[in-house]
Amino acid sequence: MTILHPVDTLLRQERMPHIWCPGCGIGTSVNCFARALLQSTLELKQVAIVSGIGCTGRVAGYMHLDSFHTTHGRAIPFATGLKLGNPNLKVVVYSGDGDLISIGGNHFIHAARRNVDLMVVCINNFNYAMTGGQAAPTSPLTSLATTTPYGNYETPFNLPNLAESSGAVYVARWTVFHVRQLVRAYAEALTRKGFVFIEVLAPCPTLYGRRNRLGDAVEMVEQYKASAVIKNGASTREVGLGMTGPIVVGKFVDQPRPTFLEAMHEQMRARLGKKYVPLEMTT
Amino acid sequence: MIADARGVLTGAHFLSGNEATCEGALAAGCRFVAGYPITPSTDIVERIASRFPTLGGTFIQMEDEIASSIAILGAVWAGQKAMTVTSGPGFSLMMEHIGLAAISETPCVIVDVQRGGPSTGLPTLPGQADLMQARWGSHGDYEIIALAPNSPQESFEMTIEAFNLAEQWRVPVFLMADECVGHMVEKVVIPPAEEIEIYPRRYTKQPPDQYMPFRAGADLVPEMARAGQGYNLHVTGLTHDERGYPVINAACQEQLVRRLVDKIRLHADEIVSCEEYGLEDCEIVLVSFGITSRIAFRALQLARKEGLRVGMLRLRTIWPFPETRVRELAQRVGAFVVAEMNLGQMVYEVERCAAGKARTLLAPHAGGTVHSPAQILELIRKAAQ
Repeated sequence: MTILHPVDTLLRQERMPHIWCPGCGIGTSVNCFARALLQSTLELKQVAIVSGIGCTGRVAGYMHLDSFHTTHGRAIPFATGLKLGNPNLKVVVYSGDGDLISIGGNHFIHAARRNVDLMVVCINNFNYAMTGGQAAPTSPLTSLATTTPYGNYETPFNLPNLAESSGAVYVARWTVFHVRQLVRAYAEALTRKGFVFIEVLAPCPTLYGRRNRLGDAVEMVEQYKASAVIKNGASTREVGLGMTGPIVVGKFVDQPRPTFLEAMHEQMRARLGKKYVPLEMTT
Repeated sequence: MIADARGVLTGAHFLSGNEATCEGALAAGCRFVAGYPITPSTDIVERIASRFPTLGGTFIQMEDEIASSIAILGAVWAGQKAMTVTSGPGFSLMMEHIGLAAISETPCVIVDVQRGGPSTGLPTLPGQADLMQARWGSHGDYEIIALAPNSPQESFEMTIEAFNLAEQWRVPVFLMADECVGHMVEKVVIPPAEEIEIYPRRYTKQPPDQYMPFRAGADLVPEMARAGQGYNLHVTGLTHDERGYPVINAACQEQLVRRLVDKIRLHADEIVSCEEYGLEDCEIVLVSFGITSRIAFRALQLARKEGLRVGMLRLRTIWPFPETRVRELAQRVGAFVVAEMNLGQMVYEVERCAAGKARTLLAPHAGGTVHSPAQILELIRKAAQ
């Protein structure tokens, strides 16, 4: 195979071209993720990627890894079973805001609470893009979508705050303008244990950008550049997003605590001693 | 292969159907269970939670049944044998992942300890009204296998059978128990591990560059791989080709869905298991399953005392339906009497297969308690007229 691009080995070449629109930010995020994987010391055959449904839900299908494209909103509980079924795997959930936070919101908060060892990447493009641009629980107030033709009046979730308050041990946000920082964040997150959450703001020029007159993809990314305020360690209470105003980016939380499996092993050993037999891998 | 002795509680025990189901899963090699509390199934996961930690199993109580039903699929692709357990309302929530298990050919076991419905219905009382839901509940065309135990002993045996069938055919297999069987306590004899036959997962021996994850062999079932082996698997709920890649067109749909359906339909006679009694010279065939079959058998005894020529076909497998057998019987008997704890579900299948060649009568029951033998006897008498 001719290597055309540094991340080619991590993409399923036979699946190209991908389905994403010109200017979509998902591909940029995947490039960053692939670079982080190549930099990491992980054995790639032990890395599995799980997606739900939607534009970002297609990421799993393009990664040359063990990849699972599940049902809408349910990537996290599938990934939970995958991780607990083989604790040697590094399991990454890569999905969109509607998938992870709306229909999958309950699974998101419970996996964070349990501190299941999952790296969860949420590509936030502020709307349901696969279905044609409907409002999402991340859509800023007053933003236009096909289901909010007169402007959104529901307060959106502040995802880093939701993740932190649910128990995530690592929380960061970047935009696809911040490619170097994003690669570093992914690389660092891959070394952390427990429920790790990275929000990536990505332009959807075809739907969200066009309806809200935010310009083309380049203008949207320029807007990220102009609005971004890097504030590592910022309180997640203060990083909510509006139609306009600053976009606070950076690493907000990096605070380890025992993972689900560590806590389970510890509790079982405390109560059962040598009688405790942790799950064995199938040979 | 034979069962792993560590999971086999060999000996004679006094167990409920639910406890026996738990022991069946352990004997079958199940080492991952995800569940959510729901009456009348909860005692299965309670026993699992207590038994697993000393046997190398992981139990997780998920946030709901939707999560439970997909967590087990994740665990299967990680290499485990996995099960979830529920009752009506939870079974409704699991339909989404029954479809995913069917299209992704993920072997798994789902236990439905049936209660009265619809909706919250009768949480603590029995029903047998989830049969059609088990068969048709998720959207789209697919086939599954469902078994109906009528005793704690059978709950143990059929749970092992459910795992074996799931592995052989790569489909979700349902153990359609009911509150009565789940909570009745009887003698359960668990044999030594070496007497328990286990169908091993059909792992491929092909190297990654030659392996096609969804290319089926002669029996229409593809070989499996699991995450972490270097196969770079892709598993999707979308219509997919033999590589597992999405192909959204009619030709691929025909190829995939036809195979998913045919792998069960064309092997139905091999999969189906019935218990027969006195069918050789009978004029009336009593058809029943699960707890109701035990009351039906009492009705049969009473009817025979009256000189009525009644035989019985007890469905151990409720899906696929024993179509061939019912068609054969319809050629030579006068009537079928179907006794079931619902207002008419399996009777449709019997009627369809009888195809007008024999009359079909229904002894229905809305659930909440079992039939009385007299109710069924009345229908047998009517059938004899």
